[in-house]
Amino acid sequence: MAEILIKNGFVIDPTRNIDGDVADIAIKDDRIAEQVGSGAKVIDARGKVVMAGGVDVHAHVAGPKVNVGRLMRPEDKLFKSPYAQESYRMESGFSIPSTFKTGYDYARMGYAFVMEAAMPPLHSPHVHEEIHDTPIIDQGALPVFANNWFVLEYLKNQEIENSASYVAWLLAATKGYGIKLVNPGGTAAWAWGLNCLTLNDTVPFFDITPAEIITGLMKTNEYLGLPHSIHIHQNSLGTPGNYGVTLDSLRLAEGMKAKNKFSRDTVMHSTHIQFHSYGGDSWGNFESKAREVMDYVNQQKNITVDLGCVTLDETTTMTADGPFEHHLTRLNHLKWANTDVELETAAGVVPYVYDKDIKVCGIQWAIGLELGLYAKDPMRTFITTDHPNAGPFIRYPRIIKWLMSRDAREETLASFKYSSKVIDATNLHAIETERNLYEIAQMTRAGPAKALGLSHMFGGLAPGMEANVVVYDLNYKDMPSDPEMIERAFSRARWFIKSGDIVVKDGDIASHGNKRTFWVNAKVKENPQVIRDIHEKFLKDYTVGLNNYPVWDSLAPNPYVINIDVEA
Amino acid sequence: MALVTLKPYKTPELYLECYNISPDVFAGKTSAEIAELDVREGKTTVKLGDFFEVKGNAGKTPEETEIRVSGDCSRIKYIGNKMTAGSITVDGNADMYLGGWMKGGKIHVLGNVHSFCGIAMEGGEILVDGNAENYVGCAYRGDWRGMRGGTIRIRGNAGNDIGTFMLGGTIIVEKNAFIHVSTHAEGGTVIIKGDVQGRVGGQMVKGDIYVLGAVQHMLPGFKKVGMTEREVDGMTAKFTHYIGDLGERHLKVKGKEVYANLYVMAA
Repeated sequence: MAEILIKNGFVIDPTRNIDGDVADIAIKDDRIAEQVGSGAKVIDARGKVVMAGGVDVHAHVAGPKVNVGRLMRPEDKLFKSPYAQESYRMESGFSIPSTFKTGYDYARMGYAFVMEAAMPPLHSPHVHEEIHDTPIIDQGALPVFANNWFVLEYLKNQEIENSASYVAWLLAATKGYGIKLVNPGGTAAWAWGLNCLTLNDTVPFFDITPAEIITGLMKTNEYLGLPHSIHIHQNSLGTPGNYGVTLDSLRLAEGMKAKNKFSRDTVMHSTHIQFHSYGGDSWGNFESKAREVMDYVNQQKNITVDLGCVTLDETTTMTADGPFEHHLTRLNHLKWANTDVELETAAGVVPYVYDKDIKVCGIQWAIGLELGLYAKDPMRTFITTDHPNAGPFIRYPRIIKWLMSRDAREETLASFKYSSKVIDATNLHAIETERNLYEIAQMTRAGPAKALGLSHMFGGLAPGMEANVVVYDLNYKDMPSDPEMIERAFSRARWFIKSGDIVVKDGDIASHGNKRTFWVNAKVKENPQVIRDIHEKFLKDYTVGLNNYPVWDSLAPNPYVINIDVEA
Repeated sequence: MALVTLKPYKTPELYLECYNISPDVFAGKTSAEIAELDVREGKTTVKLGDFFEVKGNAGKTPEETEIRVSGDCSRIKYIGNKMTAGSITVDGNADMYLGGWMKGGKIHVLGNVHSFCGIAMEGGEILVDGNAENYVGCAYRGDWRGMRGGTIRIRGNAGNDIGTFMLGGTIIVEKNAFIHVSTHAEGGTVIIKGDVQGRVGGQMVKGDIYVLGAVQHMLPGFKKVGMTEREVDGMTAKFTHYIGDLGERHLKVKGKEVYANLYVMAA
């Protein structure tokens, strides 16, 4: 690492309100610098766009359910696994790529940070082994909490302080980043073959409701002052008519205030909102409620969302929402994996083909894009595909194309077998909005970095920030008339400098970089009750001993630990 | 038709993966260009000409291209991979994945074929004069979309897992087959002219199986519904008609469930 000067590019940096100004970006070691010496390596970015490295707020890229997907879907690799190249490793897979392909694909798109969206705490060693095996990109992982027996018991009695002590302990034990909720209460109910489809369905045995779990964990999160807000996969995912439940859940954030030292001003991140913006009461009269959901998100300033766009690919769904995967396998009759993770969560995996000639898939595709176009604050609306659930992350450039070009959307819409039925059930056809590069930078970089409490490091190009700089083959002043060129430019960065290392050159991998694992160490006052509860549950209920539970330091050999001293 | 002859002159140390032996790839190329095509031996890329003497130029299109491999291909995989037209004749045996993902054209093997012959085939014709090993016309590992169309005729015996996840097309085995016929199939026809040991039609949703010999062990998921006269591969005979697999889901057409059919020739 040394000095690099990226000269004369069109700089787009929403964190400093810079929109296409021609400027130089200087890099000294792993940070952006004010200036560099005359000996710096010069990269000519004239006529090209320069942005900060991308930040993905939500993707399933490491851990047991990803690996179950790889194991149960050898066909996902067929004819999609290029031979090993001279300077880098063999890549394999499409919707569930190998760890190496995951790192390479993100890097080629210019992404610097990716959040693994659901870590089963018991299996966190596996998650970290895979994260360590994924080159180039920085990563963190969100342990799932919303069906955890400790949490359910503490929150039932509204013991926020105990819940916080437990969460802090678990984050340190699993080297986790924040609080993930997946189908609050519903996944716990799945152990009884049940589900919680509304916010007031009581969880069997625990006698607590999803609304209480969400509110309780939101309070826990702000009690600890974690960098990220709670990150929620809501109840009733993927069901026609679920937008009412979605709005009910979002309303729980009303009146809540963010309390943290990371410039985060939101208290809830509602993920893959596309799957939660459905109208109708059956697949027959299924329709978009994107407008209703986004209208609420627009006015409720303390929540963020990511899109979860359907990309019309053959993919592999995987989620800790066990009952949903069962529902899905009954719909498409394809293979199904299901597991229970003792005391903590569950998971399921089912392949899924989003066929453009199936009406429902077309409507789902339109809903994702409508949400991205209705959003009034791109700093609170992020581009994702809930990889691999709605499509593989390598399609982000395609979503960017659709958001930036009405022509591209219309062309796809017109190619559907039931395009007029899709038009009737959605609003996309009437939407003329086209996102610009500044807004795309907000939705893929500055916004997610801020929601994750990482805005001091990622998402912008101010001196002192991490030297994650990407150069795309797009001329800000003369954007291509062919939308395909937008997709192509975002798919393969001309240059990508990650933490000061040139990792991509001309769209090809040039280095394995310096990947790090981000985790949060929240120091709380010693809480004898929680310590006793942990010891007791490990003796009584877990099949593993407490000493064998935490992730060894050797599994995350390049940690970046965010320390928090929680005031009592 | 322009004839390209490939004469093997060197036995590979490992198995050769010759995805490029196909009229679609050869079309428009001279013999010298064909000899320069890539093949894989283990993790290394080598040239077709390193193992075969190439004679004759290909036709302009795959339709106008005929390939004759005059010699043993027991260590050559993927002959005719994804081909759409034209023809290939192999004078000896062929290894795995002959005619895999084939969409059209003809392949004739004078000897035996190894496993996965006609895997995930969509159209065209495969004729094997000898025997076939396992997985004739099956789906790729893990895939639920098997053979969709075309015809595979094995003049000898076949092994196990014939027509797994089959959706369409026809497989004819002129002698005996081992176990697992049309497992998980949702269409297509398999005709076994000799005997089958068992596990015929397990988890079969739709499609037809004809056995002209005996099924040694019937699956309990099949139910006898009567006798019927059917025409099979140019001959007419009397069969015992079974439906199944009763343990599997079945589509309903006009309120009636559609089962898979197993016809066993009456003794």
